[in-house]
Amino acid sequence: MCCNHENVDLSLIKDVLDQYADVKGSLISILQKTQEIYGYVPIDAVYHISERTGLTPAKIMGVATFYAQFRFQAVGKYLIMICKGTACYVNGADRIADAVMEELGIGDNETTSDGLFSLSLVSCLGCCSLAPVMMINEDTYGSLTPEKVVKILRDIKAKEGK
Amino acid sequence: MAKIVVGQGSCGLAAGAGAVYTALEEKMNPQVGAELTITGCIGICYLEPIVDVYDDEGKLYRCVQVQPEHAETIVNAVASKDYSLLADIVIKPEDESFLTQQTRIALRHCGVINPEKIDAYLADDGYQALTKVLKTMTPEDVIEEIKVSGLAGRGGAGFPTWFKWNAARQSKGEEKYMICNADEGDPGAFMDRAVIESDPHNLIEGMLIGAYAIGAQECIVYVRAEYPLAIVRLTNAIKQAREKGYLGKNILGTDFSCDMRIKAGAGAFVCGEETALIESLEGSRGMPRLKPPFPAQAGYWLKPSNINNVETYANVSWIINNGGDAYAKIGNENAHGTKVFAVTGKVKRSGLVEIPMGLTLRQVIFDIAGGIRGDHEFKAVQLGGPSGGCVPAHLLDTIIDYKSLNATGAIMGSGGMVVMDETTCMVGIAKFFLDFTTRESCGKCVHCRIGCKRLSELLDRIVAGQGKEGDIELLEELCVTIKDGALCGLGQTAPNPVLTTIRYFRNEYEDHIYNKKCTAKQCPALLTYSIDAEKCIGCSLCAKKCPVGAISGELKKTFAIDPNVCIRCGQCINSCRKGAVVVE
Repeated sequence: MCCNHENVDLSLIKDVLDQYADVKGSLISILQKTQEIYGYVPIDAVYHISERTGLTPAKIMGVATFYAQFRFQAVGKYLIMICKGTACYVNGADRIADAVMEELGIGDNETTSDGLFSLSLVSCLGCCSLAPVMMINEDTYGSLTPEKVVKILRDIKAKEGK
Repeated sequence: MAKIVVGQGSCGLAAGAGAVYTALEEKMNPQVGAELTITGCIGICYLEPIVDVYDDEGKLYRCVQVQPEHAETIVNAVASKDYSLLADIVIKPEDESFLTQQTRIALRHCGVINPEKIDAYLADDGYQALTKVLKTMTPEDVIEEIKVSGLAGRGGAGFPTWFKWNAARQSKGEEKYMICNADEGDPGAFMDRAVIESDPHNLIEGMLIGAYAIGAQECIVYVRAEYPLAIVRLTNAIKQAREKGYLGKNILGTDFSCDMRIKAGAGAFVCGEETALIESLEGSRGMPRLKPPFPAQAGYWLKPSNINNVETYANVSWIINNGGDAYAKIGNENAHGTKVFAVTGKVKRSGLVEIPMGLTLRQVIFDIAGGIRGDHEFKAVQLGGPSGGCVPAHLLDTIIDYKSLNATGAIMGSGGMVVMDETTCMVGIAKFFLDFTTRESCGKCVHCRIGCKRLSELLDRIVAGQGKEGDIELLEELCVTIKDGALCGLGQTAPNPVLTTIRYFRNEYEDHIYNKKCTAKQCPALLTYSIDAEKCIGCSLCAKKCPVGAISGELKKTFAIDPNVCIRCGQCINSCRKGAVVVE
């Protein structure tokens, strides 16, 4: 987890806090909106949320680290989520993950040095009949093979001029 | 007027339905004389993207595996009224039986109506059940009707729905909550997602009827964050229902007022447990509470609350419209009504299957889903996700109801049915689930937190070829201890995948431990790679691909793999064009 203080613009979450800070039980919603805005939950934002809601930073971090959705470091432009659900596992999700890791040289929850790709292995994307499946940002790709995955990644790289 | 309907559930979109729709949109013009629209998940996932073409008389031509380049053909067929043009892409009769063998109640509108338009739902008997309930029935009448129907919780436990509603109704308090568990966390199950994406108003109607029965003023739907499309469609549906007066103050001019909101989950499997879900709704870590008190007495903010899952609510309006008796007639003596299964894995036809209770596993897997893909053999079916178990071939004639499935050691669960063939290692699948539950354990109870971790480590050791005598017995003992000691459903059922695989596939565990062999050839540490001299042509491709330099040889002569250097990554198999690499 990242504990370095970074310079984030806290005014970006002012509206969210104005709306939710005094509504009891809305910590998860606040954290979700915060992550939507910054792409992750910056530690400075946690302290700021604490000041506005009166919840301790420990309570906020306790909740944030409990749920798989929250990240504490910035992610790349393309977030790759590889499904590790049962149907995907049975249909060779491990080989898909290996292919992505080999092509990009990163592991789970890591980001490429050029900031283009981040990788996250997730439990189930609910597209089981197209297993194995991965999502890149909002787009879902099904019936994957290691070769298809490499092509998809190279196409993105080409589009980005890398 | 003719209609062109593109199936746009998540699966359809993943298969490319979005591009198909765009292509059709480009080809459409007023002269075609047809309406282009969308529907949700048709459920024949293996044939996505699907485009339903209706002619002027309403006759259906279902086009499957449609690509954007088919758009012109489809538009031409509709414009010229010559539907024989669709012959190449129209569904084959043997595939049609995937749907015709089903009995659809919870999914009755899915893939039929446009989920983004309330008028489409209203035209298909939408909100008639709610109208009937509010105008002609007392809350007690509603509970009685549900009791007669025999509807039980479709999320896994199979607890009678009427009993929970009645308990919440009897609880004292002005403020009550009707909650929907749409945190479909079981890997391998996606029927709840399909219902929300394809028929969101049916969920709203079912929840409102329940809210009226227990006396709740607010409905809350807790949806997995991984289901963005479901959240978008449900948000839209709630807005439309509010505009039409089906949600809000004095619904349909009666004294009943009730509103609805969505809470997006944040990714925690344990939140499928109802008290953990309530903790999460309150903005805390999703850790289960001690029961009693049950949510019906002290739930959300300690007020009386009722929680059912999506599929359960999706049956309610049908029951009210057709009567509890009609629903109870479907199924067998142990379980009434229908159940939706997500059939996936190594079957020929994967998708959503809604069947009456009482069919056998064989009927679902072989008759409806078409049996095993390729020339492989059925080995086991995994039911109920991480809380369930693996049922072997000799129990394929097991009847699908709560009692019979429990007797096998598996559970009905939320309806995930992952089919496996002989290439799936059963020790590996047990390890897969234990890794999952270890990760997802909330950490509250020692038995679950540490017990699952130890189970997982033991299994790691066995698949790594370091299993020793007594390991199977140790696994069994630990499983029983965890089941006894855990507080919530997650911990109590976490050992099921291990127990059922030991029960039915003990020989595989023994092979791993004593013979250091994995018959499914899935556990790398137990495999040996070699090159078949008969087939090798000495092209050196494998040696070039090997990341550790374990393969050597002279060009045009047989190559060899050094087993002491080989890391069993399998790259040589993928690179060899002659199939000369042998794994044992």
